[in-house]
Order: sequence, then C-alpha cells, then structure tokens
Amino acid sequence: MNSKKEKASAYWKENIRYLTVLLTIWFLVSFGAGILFRETLNEFRLGGFKLGFWFAQQGSIYVFVVLIFIYVKLMNKLDKKYGYDE
Amino acid sequence: MSVQVWTWILVGVTFSLYFGIAIWARAGSTKEFYVAGGGVSPLANGMATAADWMSAASFISMAGIISFAGYDGSVYLMGWTGGYVLLALLLAPYLRKFGKFTVPDFIGDRYYSNTARTVAIICALIVSFTYVAGQMRGVGIVFSQFLQVDITLGVIIGMAVVLIFAFLGGMKGITYTQVAQYCVLIFAFMVPAFFISMQMTGNPIPQFGMGGKVEGGTFLLDKLDTLHTQLGFNEYTSGTKSTWDVFAITLALMAGTAGLPHVIVRFFTVPKVKDARKSAGYALLLIAILYTTAPAIAVFSRTNLIETVSNKEYNTIPEWFKNWENTGLIAWSDKNKDGKIQYVAGSAISSKKPVFTNERGIHGERLISNANNATNELYVDRDIMVLANPEIANLPNWVIALVAAGGLAAALSTAAGLLLVISTSISHDLIKKQLKPNISEKGELLAARIAIVVAIIIAGIFGIYPPGFVAAVVALAFGLAAASFFPAIVLGIFDKRMNKEGAIAGMVVGISLMLFYMIRYKTGLIGVMDPRPASEWWFGTSPEGFGTFAMLVNVIVSVIVSRVTPAPPKNVQEIVENIRIPSGAGEAVSH
Repeated sequence: MNSKKEKASAYWKENIRYLTVLLTIWFLVSFGAGILFRETLNEFRLGGFKLGFWFAQQGSIYVFVVLIFIYVKLMNKLDKKYGYDE
Repeated sequence: MSVQVWTWILVGVTFSLYFGIAIWARAGSTKEFYVAGGGVSPLANGMATAADWMSAASFISMAGIISFAGYDGSVYLMGWTGGYVLLALLLAPYLRKFGKFTVPDFIGDRYYSNTARTVAIICALIVSFTYVAGQMRGVGIVFSQFLQVDITLGVIIGMAVVLIFAFLGGMKGITYTQVAQYCVLIFAFMVPAFFISMQMTGNPIPQFGMGGKVEGGTFLLDKLDTLHTQLGFNEYTSGTKSTWDVFAITLALMAGTAGLPHVIVRFFTVPKVKDARKSAGYALLLIAILYTTAPAIAVFSRTNLIETVSNKEYNTIPEWFKNWENTGLIAWSDKNKDGKIQYVAGSAISSKKPVFTNERGIHGERLISNANNATNELYVDRDIMVLANPEIANLPNWVIALVAAGGLAAALSTAAGLLLVISTSISHDLIKKQLKPNISEKGELLAARIAIVVAIIIAGIFGIYPPGFVAAVVALAFGLAAASFFPAIVLGIFDKRMNKEGAIAGMVVGISLMLFYMIRYKTGLIGVMDPRPASEWWFGTSPEGFGTFAMLVNVIVSVIVSRVTPAPPKNVQEIVENIRIPSGAGEAVSH
C-alpha cells in the first residue's frame, strides 16, 4: 500500500515538472513574445513579418499545437514508466 | 450557374449529409445521449470539438474583426487557441479519469456538496445561454443572407434544423454530425483563402502569403502599414489597445475557453485518459488551421478593400460594392461632392449603423440620413469581410456558395453543442441529481429531450428579438467562465486541501464580480442605468479583460477561505489522488 502511494506521488511530481516547463513556454511565446516584448521583437523580421507581430498572430499558435503533442508524448512515456498505461 | 443555384445545391447536399448522419447515429440510452456512449475515437472527437468550438463568430466575424483591428485582433487568435493548452494540460485528462457526465457533476462530487453543484449549474446555464443566444442570431443572419429570406424566418429554419439533430441523436448524433460539419467548414474557409493568396502574393499557402511580397516587390504587410498610415489609420501591425488590456483580454479568453462547459464535456466522450490528451491535441491542430488562416485573410481583404475603394469614382466601383450596399452593410455618403469615395480614419456616421432614406443620390448611391461631418465617407460592416472576400477577389460562383454552406455548418454545429449542455444541466444535474433521484433512464431521456426543445425555443426568441445586451454579452461569456469554473476545477485537481467552503465562496465572488463589472461598464442595467465610460475602468481593464481580474479574486478567495475551514473528508481526498493517476478510467458513468 505504501509503495503504491509513493509511486503515485513520484508520478505526480514528474507530471508537475513537465507542466511547469510546458506552461512556461506557453507563457513566453504568447504573453512574452506576442504581447510584453513585441516592441523589441518587432525590430527583427521574419520574411515580411515583424517578429513580435508574427508571434502574436501565427507563431504562438504553432507552438501551442506542438506543446500539446509533446505533452501527449511525455505523458505516454511517463505512464509506461510507472505502469499506468493501458 | 448563378451563385443562388450553387448555394441551394451545396446547402442541400451538406444538409442531407448531416440529416443522414443524425438518423444513423440515433441515441438509445442516456449514456449515448450525454457522452455518445463514451466510444468516440480521439481524431473524431478532435474534429467534433473543433466544429463545436468554431462558431459563426469564428467563421464569419473573426477575420473581419482582425481586418479592422490589426494587431489588437491578436487577443482572439492567441486567446481562443492558447486555452486549449490549458485544457489539455490542466483539465481534460483528469476530468476524463473522474468519469462523470458533466462539469456540475465534478464540482458536486469533488466539493461533496449540493450547494456547490447548484452554483455550478447556475454558472453553466448563464454561460451557455449568453453564448447560444448569439449563435442563433448568427444562424438567422446566414440563412437570411443566402436563402434570401428575412432574419426571423432564417432563425426559425435554423431552430428546426438544430432541433432535429439534437432531438434524434443527443451527443452521439451531434458528435458525428459535427465531424462532417468540420470538414465542410474548413474546406469552405480554405478554398477562397488559397485563391486569394495566390492572386495577391503568388504563394497559395495563406500563412506564407501573408508574409510574402506583392507586385512591385514590397512586402504585403509593409504595404498595408503604409496604406494605413497614409489614410490616417493606426499602423496595422501596431494596434491601439494598452499592453495591459491586451494581456488581460488574452488571459481571460484562454481561461474562459478552458472553462466553457460545452468544450469540457467533449473530453468525457473518449474511451481513455490517454485519448483525452490526444484528442485535445487534434482539436487544437484542426482549429489552428482556421486560426492561422484568418489573420492572413484579414490582411488580404483589408488591402483589397482599401485598394478597390479608396479615392475611386463611385461610378467605376465593382458590382459587389453595390450589392452589399443594397443589403445595408456598406454605406457611402459623398460629403465633399466629388463623386469619389474618401475612405480614411474615423467614423463616417453619427451612430453605430447607417440609417438609409429611401432615395438614391446623383451617382445612384443609397442616401443615408445620419452622415456626420468627418472626412471619412465610407461605412463598412466588419462582418462582410469573409462573406464578400470571394466576390471582391472575383472568384467563381461555386466558391461564393461554398462559403455559405461553411458558415451554416459553423453556426449550427456550435448551437447544437451548446443546447445539449443546457439540456443536460437541466435533465441530469438538476432533475436526476437533485429533484428526482429515482427517475428512470427513460424518464431522464424524455426530460432531456423536452429540455432541449424548451432551450431551443428560448434561444430562438433571443435570436429573433435580440435584446441589445445579448450581442455585448456574448464576448463576456468567456469572462464569466474564467471567473467561475476554471479556478474551481483546476484547484479541485491540483490543490488537495481545497474544500467546499473555499470553492463555493470563490465561484460566487468570481461570477458576481464579473457580472457586476459587465453591467456597470458594458451593458448597463436595462432601463435603469447606462454603462459607465471607459475612463472609469479599474486599472484600465476593459470588461472583456476583466475575467482575468475576477479569476484572480476567485483563486485568492478560494485559497484563503479553504485554509480557515476544515479540510475535505478522507474519501474526497482519495478521489483527488485517484484522478491524478491515469489508469483504470473505465467508462463515463452517471452515478
């Protein structure tokens, strides 16, 4: 019983670590690059886009999609490691 | 063939398809009715979620809004997609593991309290009704525009169609119909975008075309910025909202998206926790196709519009301009009597919509009685950008008709999903869980169907007689969801110590504060009080962004109250430990 509980709490800790990293990236591309630092980023260009504008209207959305699929992959691996996969 | 004939054909074909599916996927049990039997594959669920999500507003209005707002429009793009990251990481897997039908179910069980359940039901009804009223109006407008009937008849046709889907199939019928509707709406959105991107930039992919070069070798966005500056508008890529307000609105939309009951309920329909995560990924991928194309369409149509009308003689203007003028969505008043269209910054009219007299001017234009003294002579309704785009770019008739079919698919799929949530709240959460627990499955199913009929009629009445405040309130449904559900659910999963006192206090304070701010600064109290001006906003936060503030207050109140009241009982703490582990989800059950 105790080892079962320890396993669960270790799993939860790793899960929280993944969430922290992924949500930090989520925050940085949208609220960071697309909003707070866009003036600075607008000095740089990506083809015809000012970079801050690109993050706000294109880049952040691409990153969001990638983030979820990375999360799916990480969690599937984590489930396997702890024997929670089915 | 004419646009009209093409419209009838395409709308006819797609509708027969939807009906065929609804009949094929009839629901026999409450489980099929509420969560489609729990056996939907992640990809199908992703498509259904995407169709559910992308409403008439996403399809028709969003590109138009961005087209006029430029950078400021980014709040919708980031807000309505970033919410899915929160949903996938913080909510979907755990709610699926929890394995009940509805959001009030979760709140009621996790907070071991029927009061909490009731508060959640009330929040769900407020959020869903404000949202669905706008959808029915959208359905009416699209039907009336394309089938050339008046809006009232358009809303009634729409009500009948939604009724048949929802009534027959419940969640099962709606899910599979939405899969078909996703395909129709995304195809309809992308085809004109490809054509126009190719025409303007030589690159058929709109996401690249937007950053491409136009004839003459300048970048499209630079050209648009220059045009804007010349005509006195704000630079397209800069915007006018304060950085804080952009931040607040984006966060409120994100949290609201993740907290919308009709989106959350989707993740109860897949077989396993693993599938819930994956299907959130598919949903966002499929939504992102439209959401990254919309800003490109916004840029194309904005540039096209300015180039076609600015400083051009009214007599030489293309046919589409006059067609939309006839519908009242474009108006021109030749203030300086030179016969040319002056389109510069500022409003051309003294109220929100143009008021037409029944006469024509010397150039054949429809005269309006509320022109003001500003230099700008042109009024353009932003909703026409997506609809008129194919005509402005001279695309074939079948493409124009396709946009009609797509707009209908978008509006109907969202309305159906919302109505189902409303009826579930009533038949399952209210009747089964609170008023009459020993109701039979058959009785519950009947109650659900009656609730849907009633909900559709109420939504239809809102659609036909839109009280002025409905339109203003739709955008705020997100603030309401962010201020009420989102913190209660996230804290319920991530904070084991959170108890009923904390959650109830948080939800009540959050939603009341949001309602108060909305009434004070946006809608006014009907007949008693007008909305207060923007200069009095708290910390310069617009009502749209206030959800962020109310959400923070909700969290603070919840945490403080929960720490000074008793910890939740042992069995509830075990529920929390249990939902954190993905295995053994089983099927969604009713009790």
